[in-house]
Amino acid sequence: MQLTFMTLGIGLVLSIPFSFGQVYGPKWVKILIGIYEKIFRSIPGIVILFLIYYGLPNLGIQMAPFWACVIGLGLRSAAYQSQLFRGAIQSISPTQMRASRSLGMSKMQGFKNIILPQAFRVALPPWANEFTIVLKDSSFAYALGVTELLREGRYIIATSYEPLLIFLMIAAIYFIISIILNKSLAMLERKLSIPGFEIREKIK
Amino acid sequence: MTENRPILTIKNLKKSFGTNEVLKDVSFTMNKGETKVIIGPSGTGKSTLLTCINQLVLPDSGEIFLKDIDVTKAENMNTIRQQIGFVFQDFGLFNHLTALKNVMIGPVKVKKMSKADARDLAIEELKRVGLIEHADKYPAQLSGGQKQRVGIARALAMQPEIILFDEPTSALDPELIGEVLSVMKELARNKMTMLIVTHEMGFARTVSDEIIFMEGGVIVEQGPPEKLFKNPENRRTGEFLFKLTELYGEGD
Repeated sequence: MQLTFMTLGIGLVLSIPFSFGQVYGPKWVKILIGIYEKIFRSIPGIVILFLIYYGLPNLGIQMAPFWACVIGLGLRSAAYQSQLFRGAIQSISPTQMRASRSLGMSKMQGFKNIILPQAFRVALPPWANEFTIVLKDSSFAYALGVTELLREGRYIIATSYEPLLIFLMIAAIYFIISIILNKSLAMLERKLSIPGFEIREKIK
Repeated sequence: MTENRPILTIKNLKKSFGTNEVLKDVSFTMNKGETKVIIGPSGTGKSTLLTCINQLVLPDSGEIFLKDIDVTKAENMNTIRQQIGFVFQDFGLFNHLTALKNVMIGPVKVKKMSKADARDLAIEELKRVGLIEHADKYPAQLSGGQKQRVGIARALAMQPEIILFDEPTSALDPELIGEVLSVMKELARNKMTMLIVTHEMGFARTVSDEIIFMEGGVIVEQGPPEKLFKNPENRRTGEFLFKLTELYGEGD
């Protein structure tokens, strides 16, 4: 759980400025972030983790398995989240930024006060999706020897000899956490919805 | 024309998009309290002219003075934009904010006014456009005419020197146009300086001090409405006005 939240945290902290840069930044920023995002989205998570944990010590950078996981998965999540936010930002009409600028707001002020609050609402459902993906990917940490849910389960199996039961329980724990998180995010989404703005009635 | 020094002076303004020369040498001035209307066929650079004035689009050459400040050479455009109100064709209201907050946000975030003061100001401006009972509604809950009136209130709340209107009624149903025009008439009566791009001939004729007729990126003719309507110097002006009046009527 801690791993999931820290991974998402890193992803969130990095991805918001990334998406701002990708939409409003100068060309070189767009290119740089584009390269970053393509690299981290094209490499399997487990390979990123091995590169960081087993590869980087060759360059003299060594870290605990837990931190290798947080950083590896965090950087990867930042790439996915930045794309998710970029899409959300671009879905907001350009007139919104033009209107902010016409009042005398800077680009940053317009982004913070006008674009981000609206883009956040658009991004919430896909972000809930990213949340569950990161939660499940936390099991990659198993490969680096971090004691996460799966490894905890193996320890218990080693003494209880009940693999089916224990693995089912692990699956159930993941399932329950996912459901709770998704439900709470859906509640947040409803709470933040703009009156009259989103289509609520069914189309026949 | 209460003051000799013009509020807005535009000199030899030029702007091209690629090979398309949209503005070819446009010059005019506006005095305090004047209402000028820009008319002309679509694609003649009317909107580009407005967006150049507040630098949402950067002109290629020429000068734009807001009083004594050359806008094109300004260090901090954000402080200048505070003095130039802009009303958009598609309203540009902030969708996640109520009508009241739409009007408040400029003074609060840009002028650093206290929330309480900004609220009082916003309430005043909403009263002025006749929407105080809709203050807590979100843009999506308002009609087009109401949205545009909030847009005008939002511009007014910044207490600008001049307000630019970019076809403020073009996106509205015919029966909603009147309510927006009457707000603008009231502003003209109170000597707000306004530069308006519109096709509303009745409004142009009765409210404006001067009409600027643009075609092909140049000002073909400008003058008091009666002169342009009754005996224009340029044949094209007469033809265009005749066609528009036929389409939109003479207004009230």
